[in-house]
Amino acid sequence: MSKTGSESVRVRKAFHVVWREPSVLPGFGLSFAILTSALLALVLIPLAALILKAGGAGAGEILAIATSPRTLAALRLSFGAAALAALVNAVFGLIVAWALVRYDFPGRRLVDAAIDLPFALPTAVAGIALTALWAPNGWFGARAAEWFGAKIAYTPLGVAVALVFVGLPFVVRSIQPVLADGARDVEEAAALLGASRTRTVFRVILPNVAPALITGVALAFARAVGEYGSVIFIAGNVPMVSEIAPLLIVIKLEQFDYAGAAVVGALMLAISFLALLAINAFQAASRRRFGYV
Amino acid sequence: MRGADAGLRERPAARALLLVLAFAFLALFLAAPLAIVFVEALRPGLGAYLAHLAEPDARAAMRLTLTVAAICVPINVIVGLAGAWAIARFRFRGRNLLVTLVDLPFSVSPVIAGLVYVLLFGAQGYFGPWLKAQGIDVIFALPGIVLATLFVTFPFVARELIPHMETIGSSEEEAALLLGASPWRMFFAIVLPNVKWSLLYGVLLCNARAMGEFGAVAVVSGRIRGETTTMPLHVEILYNEYMGAASFATASLLALLALVTLAAKAGVEWRFAKSIAAQAPAGSE
Repeated sequence: MSKTGSESVRVRKAFHVVWREPSVLPGFGLSFAILTSALLALVLIPLAALILKAGGAGAGEILAIATSPRTLAALRLSFGAAALAALVNAVFGLIVAWALVRYDFPGRRLVDAAIDLPFALPTAVAGIALTALWAPNGWFGARAAEWFGAKIAYTPLGVAVALVFVGLPFVVRSIQPVLADGARDVEEAAALLGASRTRTVFRVILPNVAPALITGVALAFARAVGEYGSVIFIAGNVPMVSEIAPLLIVIKLEQFDYAGAAVVGALMLAISFLALLAINAFQAASRRRFGYV
Repeated sequence: MRGADAGLRERPAARALLLVLAFAFLALFLAAPLAIVFVEALRPGLGAYLAHLAEPDARAAMRLTLTVAAICVPINVIVGLAGAWAIARFRFRGRNLLVTLVDLPFSVSPVIAGLVYVLLFGAQGYFGPWLKAQGIDVIFALPGIVLATLFVTFPFVARELIPHMETIGSSEEEAALLLGASPWRMFFAIVLPNVKWSLLYGVLLCNARAMGEFGAVAVVSGRIRGETTTMPLHVEILYNEYMGAASFATASLLALLALVTLAAKAGVEWRFAKSIAAQAPAGSE
């Protein structure tokens, strides 16, 4: 009897150690319960409903929606414009981060604070502002038409412009810390050993920044794929041409096509989940290799 | 001396080129969008601007936006504090998974954040018919807007608190307990004052997003004028009706909110850096 009793205590202790390391601090139960119930109620159960609804549509219908020309065109635009914007941000984000970290100029701290504007400015405001700028009669749209004969707003290019705005802070904020204290000593060593500045930049600094740059670009890309508010005003929303995937969800909902909306939503969710996994795997790999991200 | 210097700096021409490129890019993509909001809003004159803001629908939108933020921010503060305490102070199975799940809403499209609640509570949703029988409106009403906003703002407070709590360490809390403080006394006298800057930081970001959210709210709102249109939706409706100046007038208020948020954020970052330096355990840097 006492043997089984001590056995159960041991089992309980083992379970305790395995599940949670002991701590003198109070409040684990309460705080854990608040967090997990909020997470379940607000995020996980609603997302599960999406998967359930999409799955309930049946394999044939899922395939039909996923491979319909309109869905494919929307996904192609969302991913294509996001990739183009990520590329632009990779180049100019690097230049902006470089200027902010390595150079001193009047108003540097103000400019640095302003980098977060796309995080803080509501997307609908960004959307109508960018449209007003790049529309054929806008400040920049008129110039683009005059100088290059290009139409920006109401075309896929307009979508990319909006996504550049949205993604900029992700790239700059990822690179800044690495540029600030990444490998100043290695840089100095390269210079003292006689490397030209150009050579130091391309052979020492850029390889050192690369992991952070790729992380920032991936974050910007992931955000851009799901972006809605800043895009729909400037996109023009022509089906098959400038209709982004999130807008397709809204349109299907307005037609009360819940299953169709759920399938497109689940598709986007799956793709961004894969992107997230890839970012995490990449960060883990570069942490192992470089000791930081 | 001159040789080493040349190897550590770009030539003046390269430096000037980089600065010009950086400034041109920022002018194009940051300064101009911000400037045009105010230019367009004030184009018809100050009187018209103020008249646009005084319209009943505009005022109703402001009230709704403030209401949504007033509900969502306190909930996020409570959940964020609890979540950060559980994650930063304890080691348990599934902790890493939990950290990932807390951040999950950031990688979900805002439209999907609205969609999931329509699927649950909409007229043809899983609980829609039951809610209708009870006479409870969720979708196309305040509860839906609040839920969608809570979804998109979920990570803000917790993700600011977790790293800060981990940096501070638990020695002061343990000391308070040893000296006989009750858990709640420890929380209010030690934990809260220690994390106040990162908490404020998280609240600022959470509030900006709650007031400015568009995609998620657009899906669940139904855009009933004067009832379920938040300020960003009011901006959209006016814009689509070719009321550009009125649309930009409301947009300018949201842009001001963004500027105030950025300024406060910079201020908090500055204080935060000081308090981190003061709080860091002796010997570490």
